[in-house]
Amino acid sequence: MTTASASLGASVSAQSRHMQLAMAALLGVFILGFVGFSHIEAVHNAAHDNRHSMAFPCH
Amino acid sequence: MTLFRNVVFVAAIAGLVAGIALACMQAYATVPLILQAEVYETAGGGHDHGAASAETAAPAASATQQAVPAEEEEGWAPADGAERFLYNVLANVVTGIGFALVLVAISEFAGGIASWRQGVFWGLAGFGVFTLAPGLGLPPELPAMPAADLNARQVWWVATAVATGAGLWLIAFRKSLPLTLLAVALIVAPHIVGAPQPDSFESPIPEGLHHQFVVAVTVTNLVFWLLLGAVVGGLRGWFSGEAARLRDSFA
Repeated sequence: MTTASASLGASVSAQSRHMQLAMAALLGVFILGFVGFSHIEAVHNAAHDNRHSMAFPCH
Repeated sequence: MTLFRNVVFVAAIAGLVAGIALACMQAYATVPLILQAEVYETAGGGHDHGAASAETAAPAASATQQAVPAEEEEGWAPADGAERFLYNVLANVVTGIGFALVLVAISEFAGGIASWRQGVFWGLAGFGVFTLAPGLGLPPELPAMPAADLNARQVWWVATAVATGAGLWLIAFRKSLPLTLLAVALIVAPHIVGAPQPDSFESPIPEGLHHQFVVAVTVTNLVFWLLLGAVVGGLRGWFSGEAARLRDSFA
């Protein structure tokens, strides 16, 4: 599995690797929170059909 | 930051592809049902889109969603037709990128998705974690359907996804019996706690329409997740092939 760690980010330390992956995951969670869960009305209305169709809690 | 950049790059492409595909599926499968439900919603007189903002303004004022008066002005919303479709595409692409970021980052912790076929299995896991598990307690709902307090449902949804994801991770990557038992407990626990339910299930939406919607949402999300996983796996495989080729050519 050396190719696995080398392919998406060549030769980084394990700690920095974990930090970067955690940051990427956090960015994803932040994006999902904004589109799917934010209570801002304009965001809700813009993403309305998407929220219903993704079965995010809505209304 | 190469790794972070590459994760974002793969996730952005996969999210774009899967999000556009999902929006097209929704245009045929789910959005027409939402539009039908909105006829019942407006016929009922009450349109509770403003409820979310009312709740943030006065969280203690209402225990249930239905208790919020629906009198206030509606905020901006995309106009029906092309504009609404475009916003739905945009929302789906952004959601797709968000899910893809989580999928790529978490799968990299496990060594990464090696091929499109492995990606399909990761996609199945994502479907289980983000559609199936939360959908058991909180089935996809149409506009005008009764529902419990929004915050409580959002908390339950997120907690269920996290617990199910952790459970699946333990089953897949920790090959031990006690941890597998813990995993099963984690997956079952949110359903023992139970999702927040409305006080009354009385709804202007016909049962048949809702059932159709649940099936449409579940199936479209299944295809979305399989595609997302496959594209991530395929891209990553191509990426590592390219990287190896570059290394070789520079050597």
